[in-house]
Amino acid sequence: MLGWIDTLLQGILLGGLYSLYATGLSVIFGIMRLVNLAHGDLIVLGAFLILAATAAGAPLILAFAVVVPLMFFIGYALQSALLNRALGRNILPPLLITFGLSIIVQNGLLETFSADTRRLDIGPLQSASLPLGSGLAVGLMPLICLGAAIGVIVLLNSVFYRTPLGRAFRATSDDVEIAQLMGINNRSIYALTMGIALAVCAIAGFFLGARANFDPSIGPARLLYAFEAVIIGGLGSLWGTLAGGIVVGLAQTIGAHIDPEWQILSGHVAFLIVLVIRPRGLFPRAVD
Amino acid sequence: MRPEANKPAALGEGRHSPRFAVATATRASIIAALAVIPAVLILIALPAFADRALLQELFYVFTMLTLAQLWNLLAGSAGLISVGQQAFVGMGAYALFAFTIIAGLDPVLSIVLAGIVAGALAVPAALIVFRLRGAYFAIGTWVVAEVCRLVLAQVKHLGGGTGTSLPPDIAGSMIGLDFVRHLFRVRGPAARDILSYWLALVLVVGTFILVYRLLRSRHGLALSAVGDSEPAAESTGVDVFRTKFLIYVVTAIVTGMVGALLFLQKARISPDAAFSLIDWTAYVIFIVVIGGIGTMEGPIIGVVIFYLLQYYLAALGSWYLILLGALAILLMLFAPSGVWGVISHYFDISLFPVRRRLVVPERAGLRKESLR
Amino acid sequence: MAVLETRELTAFYGDFQALFDITFTLDEGETVAVIGANGAGKSTFLKAIAGLLPRPAAAVRLDGRDIGTLPAYEIVKLGVALVPEGRRLFSSLSVEENLLVGAYGRRRGGAWSLATVYQLFPMLRERRHSPSMALSGGQQQMVAIGRALMSNPRILLCDELSLGLAPIVIRDIYAALADIKARGTSVVLVEQDLAHAMAVADRAYCFMEGRVSLTGRPQELTRDAIHAAYFGL
Ligand SMILES: Nc1ncnc2c1ncn2[C@@H]1O[C@H](COP(=O)(O)OP(=O)(O)O)[C@@H](O)[C@H]1O
Ligand SMILES: [Mg+2]
Repeated sequence: MLGWIDTLLQGILLGGLYSLYATGLSVIFGIMRLVNLAHGDLIVLGAFLILAATAAGAPLILAFAVVVPLMFFIGYALQSALLNRALGRNILPPLLITFGLSIIVQNGLLETFSADTRRLDIGPLQSASLPLGSGLAVGLMPLICLGAAIGVIVLLNSVFYRTPLGRAFRATSDDVEIAQLMGINNRSIYALTMGIALAVCAIAGFFLGARANFDPSIGPARLLYAFEAVIIGGLGSLWGTLAGGIVVGLAQTIGAHIDPEWQILSGHVAFLIVLVIRPRGLFPRAVD
Repeated sequence: MRPEANKPAALGEGRHSPRFAVATATRASIIAALAVIPAVLILIALPAFADRALLQELFYVFTMLTLAQLWNLLAGSAGLISVGQQAFVGMGAYALFAFTIIAGLDPVLSIVLAGIVAGALAVPAALIVFRLRGAYFAIGTWVVAEVCRLVLAQVKHLGGGTGTSLPPDIAGSMIGLDFVRHLFRVRGPAARDILSYWLALVLVVGTFILVYRLLRSRHGLALSAVGDSEPAAESTGVDVFRTKFLIYVVTAIVTGMVGALLFLQKARISPDAAFSLIDWTAYVIFIVVIGGIGTMEGPIIGVVIFYLLQYYLAALGSWYLILLGALAILLMLFAPSGVWGVISHYFDISLFPVRRRLVVPERAGLRKESLR
Repeated sequence: MAVLETRELTAFYGDFQALFDITFTLDEGETVAVIGANGAGKSTFLKAIAGLLPRPAAAVRLDGRDIGTLPAYEIVKLGVALVPEGRRLFSSLSVEENLLVGAYGRRRGGAWSLATVYQLFPMLRERRHSPSMALSGGQQQMVAIGRALMSNPRILLCDELSLGLAPIVIRDIYAALADIKARGTSVVLVEQDLAHAMAVADRAYCFMEGRVSLTGRPQELTRDAIHAAYFGL
């Protein structure tokens, strides 16, 4: 029994990480209807950039504080220089550009950092945990990660729902043609969107590296988890994405509890089941 | 419109309707059609002159060309952008190993059965991933491929996560092997290469015929309607879902057969190799994109370019992949219709005319317009 | 001098040419109606002015200045606002957010603010927090007009304000339009409803198949002339 409670707790905490993976993807899709196939690799890039900064001598917090805005600028530049040129009704060009980007980032990391597995050194936090009584405990770092996932959503929501810029984002998402008639430059909105998404990728990369081992090849799997969380969540809101992340996290830990080899498979299967019984996800968008 | 409406036929005459006709054949296409038959005959006879290495290279080129033409049918014609075709390559390959090792069937027969298995997988897969639109469909197909990979990694009879090899006696017992051995007076392994080469040739030629006929059929018209606009297609009475579904399953069947043949030739399988995104989808997309998506000629040019790049640059390892990725991005930005798109734009030629063209005589003072 | 002028304006959708050499002027404070059958190119004309379609260089001038190369989001900052056909409100935004987003790119001072828009359309104040799609067609049209006004335009381009609305609602909308005109705003009024358009217009252009087929003052245009210009009979 205790084992199961522990499994559920771990699943929810893992869901926090997956929700961080998914938030950027969700924002990009929500505003631009674009799917970024390089998303997972960009999360891994974030982890490696933080690793490189610490290896160069920066304290972890400073490395984090530098890499998050750096990734924002990478995202902004990426959108302005590449993806904005491929906007249009045909989804193939932007999709394949991100596919090419995925391969470039993955192999670029491989060339630069080798295929070795790495981990961010977070000191004593690594093993710190919070006892919950009756033998249960949750790791402090996973808990902080879940908190960060919630914090990111609160922050983004307050930008989207409480600022003029946020209104411009939502207007662009609703109808980009009319948004331009309001004086909104949709291309710069898109560039900002990609910047925000990549800043969140950097945060996700930090927690990826702090919680587990990583190497250049693990990006695509993160993309799939993120994607599943977004679809399960239902594209309605970022809170839906958090719920979706938790569903994937729970499915994986429950699967792993039954047989460790089933962890990843259970997450995918849960996704397919949701797709069959609720094709629009748990919290669908009101108007499509 | 029936396919035999090739010959220009006057449909209207008058002050406002100059004599015009709807045609699908072009002069280049007729020359191409006349050239194809001897070319195929030469390729069939090639094992009599060529050495084993050349046959092996051509085997790879033919299988990649088949996969590319199939992906092109999906993405270029039906608008189904899949990044999960490795699901069907891997499924076909594993089915071949299961049919031969576990059930003891003949490998050539098993290739056909493997296609059916892949098609059978495609039916439920389609019912699920067709619920996703556009770019999300792409990732959905990838999830399906991952599920297949992870499930097959659990099948201990076929080696689990590490995979297994095809026992030599199985590959040595193929139907037709004795015939080839006697015909060319070669030993077992060489005879196997020749047989695999022929099978690959059958698949590539068969796929071209299949795709060509499909695009020129009523379904082909439906497809081009789907590609342009779904609501519009629906308003013409075309069942969009059925057409896409059909294409998806047919493509999966042939993709599964290619997968079976590929791994019969490799004689060794593992989940990572059989369900490789890079090998069976990324390269394939690259071939289609560089050659020219949405045309039948594109993949032919694409596979040649891809083969040359692979031949000269594959030793660069990850830099090679970075280069392919960068090339694909540049293409999407500056020449999204690929090399063939540029050529056919400048020279207005078409070897596989699957589009109907409105032919208006020059003397009417009108430019020739091609109808999409 | 004309505030807004087009010279040989053409517009294309892909290979399809929707406008042929439209030459048009709008004077300060004037209301000009653009009428014509469905598909004549009226909406295309407004979209081309507003910058939503590519135009030939120097085909559109504002105060004599070429705005043909500017993107839509710059043109609105110069004081040209479009009320699009079918209203096209932002569906996930509330009524008030729709109005506020109309002021997003505002660079011009002027009379319009949330308060004055609510004065013009008092109904909207009561429903300010409703989702925009929950409103009736007439109220949505008011939001669309209010949203355009929030940029403080000198020139208001209106595309089929009366489309799908009940006569009594149309009357309210046109009453509001009279208020807007009274503040000196120049208006280009695209309408299929001839009676309303002609009642408020100083001049009219009739479009047929992408070309101007007739132009003049409403009182000078006979029914027969308009009929011929409409349908090419
Ligand atoms: N987005 C579009 N794509 C292609 N053709 C269009 C598009 N919008 C309008 N058209 C065509 O352009 C012509 C003019 O349309 P429009 O300006 O909407 O006419 P109006 O507003 O006068 O009814 C019509 O023939 C219409 O079919
Ligand atoms: Mg119109």
